[in-house]
Amino acid sequence: MISDAPGQMGMTSESASQVPLPEGAGQSNYTVIPKTSAEGTSEGELLEVAMGPQHPSTHGVFRMDVVLDGEHVVKLKPVFGYLHRNHEQIAESTTYLGSMPYTDRLDYLCSMTNNWAYALSVEKLAGLQPPERAEYIRIITAELTRLVNHTCLVGFLLQDMGALGTPLMYAFRERELILDLFEALSGSRMMYNYMRFGGCRVDLSADWIEQAKQVVDGYSRFLDEFEKLLTENEILVSRTQGVGVLTVKLAINASITGPMLRASGVNYDIRKVDKYGIYDRFDFRIPLGDHGDVYDRYMIRVLEMRESVKILNQALRDIPAGPIMDPKAKIRGFRPKAGEAYGRIEGPKGELGFYLISDGSPNPYRYRVRPPSLINLTVLEDMCLGETVADVVIILGSVDIVLGEVDR
Amino acid sequence: MLGEGIIKGMVETAKNFVGSYHDPKRLTTVEYPENKIPAKENARNFPFLVFDGVDADKGLRCVACQICEKECPPKCIYIIKDTVKKPDYMGKMQIQPKIFDIDISVCMSCQICVEVCPFEAIKMDTQFELSTTDRFENLLLNKRELAKPNEYYHKIHPTEATEVDERLAAEKAKAEAKAKADAEAKAKATVAAAAAKAAPTPVPAPAK
Repeated sequence: MISDAPGQMGMTSESASQVPLPEGAGQSNYTVIPKTSAEGTSEGELLEVAMGPQHPSTHGVFRMDVVLDGEHVVKLKPVFGYLHRNHEQIAESTTYLGSMPYTDRLDYLCSMTNNWAYALSVEKLAGLQPPERAEYIRIITAELTRLVNHTCLVGFLLQDMGALGTPLMYAFRERELILDLFEALSGSRMMYNYMRFGGCRVDLSADWIEQAKQVVDGYSRFLDEFEKLLTENEILVSRTQGVGVLTVKLAINASITGPMLRASGVNYDIRKVDKYGIYDRFDFRIPLGDHGDVYDRYMIRVLEMRESVKILNQALRDIPAGPIMDPKAKIRGFRPKAGEAYGRIEGPKGELGFYLISDGSPNPYRYRVRPPSLINLTVLEDMCLGETVADVVIILGSVDIVLGEVDR
Repeated sequence: MLGEGIIKGMVETAKNFVGSYHDPKRLTTVEYPENKIPAKENARNFPFLVFDGVDADKGLRCVACQICEKECPPKCIYIIKDTVKKPDYMGKMQIQPKIFDIDISVCMSCQICVEVCPFEAIKMDTQFELSTTDRFENLLLNKRELAKPNEYYHKIHPTEATEVDERLAAEKAKAEAKAKADAEAKAKATVAAAAAKAAPTPVPAPAK
């Protein structure tokens, strides 16, 4: 199966990045390495290929230096940092409120949960307590964000698998409905900048709640449709089952969190463990996987969306009237007393935490993000070894990364 | 049976395909330049300065306090104070901005300037068709380009603008009432003082 001509090798599954550059156009993006007798199973040479940073299936600007033995991966080195924006340093030189809009731009699919995680840690630092209605609003927006994220993820995963169009378009159609809700609430479709320390910026109207109820009702119908389209599809099943297995031991050692960890069968969800906000009042279950392969990761997301719909139904039914801001909170001249705090939430991608040290000045002394995307990405090589190049793409898709958060 | 799942999926796709011809609800897009979806009331995109009345220079609510300049996270606001003073909505004399520039190629529409402004002078616009051929000159908006009348604010954010107007009117009424009370108290005090001053004069008279 090894061919001597690199041009033919490039014609396999990922032709976009591997087609050799024309003569004189600079360095080509692959190297042929002579193989020692101990390496690999097939005869011939190893091929080192740079997948990305412009490869469409890497979900942004992410590069994987893969060493291939035929079609199988021998070694994989993730290279990132192309989207580094100096987020933490900027946050240390602006006010506490000033870095709230920057958190939107970390994981730009789930801005609401980013806002919440940051607001939560500043509230811990400053001793603020959001009122009841604000807690409900936060849960509603966070669960809607989870729906958005997981729907998009499934769409992109299927796109990586070769289902160009249909699943992604269906996913985006439903996402639009939620983005409309968010726009009506916060004024922006993706960069919400909605949470404030000690509450939320704008109050929900009764109309908004009615619309949200309609969207949530429609969502379970959409999930049924989506599952009919995908879950039993033989192509999806044969492409994903047994591919990219993540063992429980490795997952725990590498501090993987979120759906990735639960797909391997570890029952760890910060909504249940920490009970931040008012999650202890809601009746929902944590779906768990068995095998830790790509199919389980897909299935976990679908099941989590169903649980989110459950939480949303309860929250939209029970939301009380009242203020949405802690009266102690203030917008101008906000200076929390010296100290440190770590606030974490179960974001759609995993544990999202913000660690802050205050020295009593208007800007944080130290600001650190614990990004779930980056930490979940660390086990990529272990999952990919021995798999084919085509599977590397879907394994990466199932990790669910957003490069804005990986590079910060 | 192998292929059963694929056939089920195809049936779903076919339903959606046929449905899009019968049910107008399934048409989720509009043809943009001809048709537009109306902007949401809370929609926000780049700030503008509100002025009352007809003259932008006279009615500008901004008093160049420079709070928004300090709080702006990407630092896209540039203000130079003028020496000319004019009354703000409370009737207090305030300095006007000589230069007020916003570089909207830097602005990220985060709305923090609106939240920190104590004078309700800067608000968010909904205008989004702003493409130009020059990214330096045409995207750096000056005071005159930024100033828009209160009526425009009412048009794009009706609920919010009404609330703001009510709040401003209430504060002004309160301030006027306080000023009146102060004036009365002052008048009374002067009267009393005058009376007190006037009263002692007859006292020494008998001593004479």
